Amino acid sequence: MKFSLDFRNMVNRDNNILQLIMMTVLIFIIMTALSPDKFLRYYNFESITYLFPELGLLSIAMMIAMLTGGIDLSVVGIANLSGILSGVLFHYLTRDLGMEQSVPMVMLGVCLSLGVGLVAGAINGFLITKLNIIPILATLGTGQVFIGLCLVLTGGPAIVGFPDAWAFLGNGKLFGIAVPFLLFLLVAGMVAFLLTRTTLGVNLMLIGSNPRAAVFAGLKKSRMILYSYMLSGVLASMAGIILSGRTNAAKSDYGTSYLLQAVLISVLGGTNPAGGKGTVAGVSIAVVALMLLSSGFQILRFSNHLIDFIWGAFLLLVIAINAWKNRAR
Amino acid sequence: MSPSGQRLALPFSHQLLNSQTPGSSMSEAFIELRSIGKQFLGLRALDDVSLTINKGEIHCLAGENGSGKSTLIKIISGVYQPTEGEIIIEGEKVENLSPIESVNRAIQVIYQDFSLFGNLTVAENLALNTELRAKTKLVNWRRVRKLAHEALERLGVDIDLDAEVESLPTSSKQLVAIARALMSDAKLIIMDEPTTALTGKEVETLFRIVRDIQSRGIAILFVSHKMREMLDISERLTVIRNGAKVAEGPTSEFDEASVIRHMTGLDIQIEPFRRARPDASEMPRLKVQGLCLAGDYQDIDMTLHSGEIVGLSGLLGSGRTELALSLFGMLPPESGTVEVDGKPIALQSVQDAIAEGIAYVPEDRLSEGLFMTQSIKRNIIATSLETLAKGGIIDIQRVDRVADETIASMQIATPSAEKQVGELSGGNAQRVVLGRWLLTDAKVLILNGPTVGVDVGSKAEIHKKIRELVDNHGLAVLMISDDVLELAQNCSRVILMHRGRFVDELEGDAIIEDVISDQLKSFT
Repeated sequence: MKFSLDFRNMVNRDNNILQLIMMTVLIFIIMTALSPDKFLRYYNFESITYLFPELGLLSIAMMIAMLTGGIDLSVVGIANLSGILSGVLFHYLTRDLGMEQSVPMVMLGVCLSLGVGLVAGAINGFLITKLNIIPILATLGTGQVFIGLCLVLTGGPAIVGFPDAWAFLGNGKLFGIAVPFLLFLLVAGMVAFLLTRTTLGVNLMLIGSNPRAAVFAGLKKSRMILYSYMLSGVLASMAGIILSGRTNAAKSDYGTSYLLQAVLISVLGGTNPAGGKGTVAGVSIAVVALMLLSSGFQILRFSNHLIDFIWGAFLLLVIAINAWKNRAR
Repeated sequence: MSPSGQRLALPFSHQLLNSQTPGSSMSEAFIELRSIGKQFLGLRALDDVSLTINKGEIHCLAGENGSGKSTLIKIISGVYQPTEGEIIIEGEKVENLSPIESVNRAIQVIYQDFSLFGNLTVAENLALNTELRAKTKLVNWRRVRKLAHEALERLGVDIDLDAEVESLPTSSKQLVAIARALMSDAKLIIMDEPTTALTGKEVETLFRIVRDIQSRGIAILFVSHKMREMLDISERLTVIRNGAKVAEGPTSEFDEASVIRHMTGLDIQIEPFRRARPDASEMPRLKVQGLCLAGDYQDIDMTLHSGEIVGLSGLLGSGRTELALSLFGMLPPESGTVEVDGKPIALQSVQDAIAEGIAYVPEDRLSEGLFMTQSIKRNIIATSLETLAKGGIIDIQRVDRVADETIASMQIATPSAEKQVGELSGGNAQRVVLGRWLLTDAKVLILNGPTVGVDVGSKAEIHKKIRELVDNHGLAVLMISDDVLELAQNCSRVILMHRGRFVDELEGDAIIEDVISDQLKSFT
C-alpha cells in the first residue's frame, strides 16, 4: 500500500520514469518477438546483471555531477586508476592466495580504490569550486591526468592476477544472484536516499536549479559541489572495482566507450544537464533499457559496430523526443 | 494626503496638455483590433477585446499580471494567432499576421528583457537588424558605426558604441533597444513594462524620449501596471482584466483610484503604516556604526528598532544595494561595527548573517530569490534545511508540516506544496521568498524592492503581510525601494542615500510621495 502510493507519486511527479518503463517494456517485447527462444533464456538476463552495474554506476556518477549543472568526464579515468592501483597493491603483497586468505587484502584494496575515488573527486571539486574552472574542462583535464597515471603505473599492458575475493566482487554469485548486481542495488538505493532525503541531496538540487539563489538562501554552495564530485568519484571507483573484478584485469583504456554512454544515459534517464533534476531510478531504468537493446541485437547477430551505431541512434531519438515534448509544453 | 490615491501634481501633466499629434493623422487609426478572442487548450486568455491605436498616439494598456496583456501584445506582434476577431493595420485587413509580417508592417516590440545580444557591442546590436536585412554577405563596419551613432543621436543620448551591452546599466540597455526599434522605421512601438527596472530619474528620461518619438508621428503602446506612470505618459488608456476589456477612454478621465478599481475589480484602501518613534533607551534590533566599504558606501550609522519599517531609497549606484549585501554577509565591510540586539556580529559570510538573525529578500526575485524548477516546499525550506534535519537526514514529516504552515500563514495560493514555484504568480512567488525567512529566527529583515513586478492587488496584500510580520514577530524591517508610494505607505522613517552616504532622513508627516521624489530628483 505504502509502496504503491510512493510509486504512483514518483510516476506522477516525473512522467519521464513512466516513459522510460514503457520504453523498456517495448524493447523487451520487440526482442522477444524477434527471437523468442534465444532472448528469453535465463543466461541472457543473467549476463546482463553482470554487465550493467559498471555502466550503471558510472551513469549515476555522471548524473550526480549534472545535478549542479556540471559534468564529470574523469569517471572512467578514476575507475581505471582505482583498479590499477589495487592491482599494483596486490602485486606487491603476496599473491596466489585462496578465497579465504585473500579477503583482508581485498578489503584493503577496496579501501584503497574508494580512497582513490574520493581524492580524485576532491581534486575535481577543488578545481571547480576554488579555482572556478568550468566542470567540463576541469574533469576533462583530470581525466587525462588519471589515464596518464594509469599508463605510467602499468607501462601500457593490462595488470592481471587479481585475488579470488576481488574477482568475486565482479564475477561472483550470492544466493544465485550476481554480486555486482547486488552491489549496484545497494549503492543505488543509498544514493537515491542521499539525493531525496538528506540535506546534501536537496542542497544539490537547489544549487543546480539556481546557483545564485542558492547563495542568497545561505546554502554552502562550494562545499556542496565539492561533496558532489567526491561522491561522483567514489561511485566511479566502485565501477572500477567491479570492472577489474569481472575481467580479472585492469588497463588504462578499459571502458573508455562508457564515458560518453554514461553522459547520454544520464540525460536519457531524465537528468537535466543544466542542473536541478535527476533521479537514480530514471538513470537505472535507462541503463537496463540499453542493455536489453544491445543483448537483443547481439543475439540477432548484429555486428558490435552496428550495435554501437544503434545505441547512439536510439539515445538521440529519445533525447529528441524529450526535447520536442518540452517545447510543445 | 488621501490614501485612496488622490491624483498629485504630476511632473509632466503640463506637457500632456501640450503634446500634439503632428499633422492631420490626429485620429487616424494605425491598428485596429476588433473583438479579438484567444483560447489556449480550452483556456480563455482573451475575450472580445477591441483596441484601436491611432497614429502618433501614446496609448496605455493597463492590467494586472495574468490579465491578458502579454497575450494581446503577442497577437499584435504576430507571435500568437487570435482565435476570433480581426486585425486591421492602416486600413487593411491582415489575415494570419506572422512575426515577420508584423515587423514589415512597422510594428516593433521592446520586451522586458530587451532581447539584446549581451556579448555584442552597442554598435553591433544596433546595426544587426538592418545589416541582416541588407542581405549583403560582408559587414561594412564604418556604415554600421555611422548608423548606430545616428540612431543614438536621434534619441539625444550618449552611450559608448564600443561598450558591450552586458556591461551597460539597465536604463542604457533599454535606450539601445529603443534606438534599434527606431532604426527600423517603426510606426508603432510596443513597450512591455518598460519602467520595471528603472529609477525615478531614469523613468523621466525615458518619458522625455517617448514624447520625442511621438512627436515624429510614431505611435506607442505603453504596457504597464504602474498607476502614476500610465497617467503621466498616456493620452488614452485601455484597461483589461481577466482577458476582457473593462475600461477605455482619454487618460484625463481616469485617476489612480479609478484605474486600480478597473484593474482589480476591488476598492483598495491603504492606511499608511506609522509607528511612534521607539523609545531611545530601548535596545535596537540592529545598530550600525561607521560602516565603510571604499567605493560603495561610507560612514553609515543606522539603528532599527523592533516593530518599525524603515525605508531606504536612492538612485541606482547610491550604494544602497551594496550596503544591504554587506549587512547580509555577501560583501564584507572594511570597517565599522554591526550589532544585533546589542551583540556585535562578524559579517564574513551569508551563513554568519543568517545565524545572527539577518534576513534578506533580494532585488531580483527570479534570478536571486527563487528556485524556479523546484517545488514550493523546497523553496520554503531552503534556508532552514539544516534545522529540519538530524545528522544530515531530513525529517520528512516535519518538512511537510512546516511547509504547509508557511503556505497557510503566508496565504500562498496553491493546491499543493509540491507545485513548482515557476507556476506561481509574482505576488505568490514573493510570499514564498518572504515565508522562507519565517522559519529562521530572523530579527532584521532587509527587503530590496519587495513588490517589483507584483501587480496592484497583490502588492497591497504583500504590504499587509510585511506589516503582520513586523507586528507579530517583532522584526525590524529595512525596506529598500524606488517606489515612493510604497515607502510613503509603509515606512515610519525614510532614509535617503546618495553616493554612498546617508544624506537625509524623512520622518512622520514629511514622508509624502512627492517630497521623496523631489529629494531623489535633487541628486545628480
